[in-house]
Amino acid sequence: MTTPSPIQLPAPAPLLTRSGWSAFIVALIVVCAVAPVLNLWVPAGSMFYLSDYAVALLGKIMCYAICALAMDLIWGYTGILSLGHGLFFALGGYVMGMYLMRQIGRDGNYKSDLPDFMVFLDWKELPWHWALSDSFVATLILIVAVPGLIAFVFGYFAFRSRIKGVYFSIITQAMTYAAMLLFFRNETGFGGNNGFTDFKRILGMPLATQNMRMTLFVLTGVTLLVFFLLARWLVRSKFGRVLQAVRDAETRVMFSGYSPLPYKLTIWTISAMMCGVAGALYVPQVGIINPGEMSAANSIEIAVWAAVGGRATLIGPIVGAFIVNGAKSWLTVTAPEFWLYFLGALFIAVTLFLPDGVVGLVKKLKKNNNKKTEGAAP
Amino acid sequence: MTPDLMDEGARRIQARLAPAALGQTESGGRTAGFSRIATPGEVDITHGRILYLEDVNVSFDGFKAINNLSLDIAPGELRCIIGPNGAGKTTMMDIITGKTRPDSGTVYFGSTIDLLRHNEPEIASLGIGRKFQKPTVFEQLSVFENLELALKTHKGVTSSMFFRLDSAQSDRLAEILHTIHLADSVARMAGNLSHGQKQWLEIGMLLMQDPKLLLLDEPVAGMTDEETARTAELFLTLKGKHSLMVVEHDMSFIRTISEIVTVLCDGSVLAQGTLDQVQADERVIEVYLGR
Repeated sequence: MTTPSPIQLPAPAPLLTRSGWSAFIVALIVVCAVAPVLNLWVPAGSMFYLSDYAVALLGKIMCYAICALAMDLIWGYTGILSLGHGLFFALGGYVMGMYLMRQIGRDGNYKSDLPDFMVFLDWKELPWHWALSDSFVATLILIVAVPGLIAFVFGYFAFRSRIKGVYFSIITQAMTYAAMLLFFRNETGFGGNNGFTDFKRILGMPLATQNMRMTLFVLTGVTLLVFFLLARWLVRSKFGRVLQAVRDAETRVMFSGYSPLPYKLTIWTISAMMCGVAGALYVPQVGIINPGEMSAANSIEIAVWAAVGGRATLIGPIVGAFIVNGAKSWLTVTAPEFWLYFLGALFIAVTLFLPDGVVGLVKKLKKNNNKKTEGAAP
Repeated sequence: MTPDLMDEGARRIQARLAPAALGQTESGGRTAGFSRIATPGEVDITHGRILYLEDVNVSFDGFKAINNLSLDIAPGELRCIIGPNGAGKTTMMDIITGKTRPDSGTVYFGSTIDLLRHNEPEIASLGIGRKFQKPTVFEQLSVFENLELALKTHKGVTSSMFFRLDSAQSDRLAEILHTIHLADSVARMAGNLSHGQKQWLEIGMLLMQDPKLLLLDEPVAGMTDEETARTAELFLTLKGKHSLMVVEHDMSFIRTISEIVTVLCDGSVLAQGTLDQVQADERVIEVYLGR
């Protein structure tokens, strides 16, 4: 046998490329410095002024982008389409909502220690599951623990039974629908179909100020960027490659000695926790949470954002969340009756013409450009 | 005690231990006997059999796919399995690798490991590698990443998160890239390889697992004559170090590599022997040509 000549094995991919890091820093500066300056210090008449409406809108979309990112981990990389991520988003939102309800204190309509809806239902004391709602630290823990635990238990039984593909998607859809019906009921103690609203304070500070809105905006932006790095670290590790292997050929993964269950369960739980955090950031910014967030359509929309932006790219779903929700807020103002048609048409168009989403299209164009320039050179 | 006596004693003890230390026995240096300790997870081949199936039965909705099948394979042996369609060749591999549970029977890996008590990933980790009939590789990953995933190492979630290829592992990977003739395609997506190259990549992934027993389901299907010849060469070098069980329809390929051929028909062994012997067997001719 001939002695093998040395082979250049590919080096492990960096967390971000040089240009990737520059873009990341720019995004960080925009979120933490540019946006606050344009909103707080530029006078309202100036063309550079960032309106409160825009801050609220962008803050909301960044929460959605976190969900889309979480969806990419489980759908894009692991090939498991969840149509129940709206539930985890809403659960994080409800945990935050409970804390915000307690922060209202005696300033509610009934001047009671209890939240208004409990007085209305003639309840005399807090139900057991509100026990920790006074503590901000406990709330922070529960924001990830509640969606995480529910996802873990649900995922354990679903993945152990080897439920896959469309069956899994249908079950997740049923799960969020069942939860919605549960939260709609008054006796479960989540405010029935009105949910929670009329929030006044967070950590004792008033919510409805420009500064507080900006703080929440920056917090959301930083969370999105940190989650992006975390997701990037996960998918470029061998763990991430096993996930992609599960997506492409699960039996081969098993016959290579990997048990797919812990892998799927880990990424599924991480993904749910991310959505929970997004929900918790969303609620104080929009000022309301109700069971409508758990409706089937909301969960499907998360999948649409990921598909439009481009699956298994991480950046794609974030872009997709901005495109779709930007279009949504523009269209619902200018031509509200066309929004649903537009959403449907967009989904069909993306599925038919852009299987790799917007980011896939950009990549393709770049590649073609490179080929042309290479072709031109002798 | 005097130093002389101590020396004398040491000499006597050494003389008694010397033959055992040579390790020339079939039991790999350990003393053969009833009091031998079975190490969990280690394949015990002291009885000269690495795989042992006895009276295995499987039926799917009343159809007996495997019917009282008994078969055994020696360490280092290259065994070819032939048989008409529906003879139960793939089902047999499914049973060995834990994909299908038999209705009855025993399946042992070595003399101590009951394969029916383990699931697919555990069986793979014990040292049984399997190549599927249809080449199954991770299409969206590069050739390098495919091999890296198959590498024999800890396969838990946290160890995967913090995994880095060390230099010994890199060398092994490079060596296998040469063996499977894919050294020029390290960074290519596995999905872009030709059919034959995918077959090779899958074989390479099995080798990365460093299995004791390889089950190969139609490894040369769709290969060119040259690729087939190279595969035969590869299998002959693997023989001895690993045990191989090869299911094939390509008789000229079998003729190049085989010592003993087992003919399966209707879920049990019909004949066994050299290729010439089984080809001369009346019953074999009958099942292949029809009555």
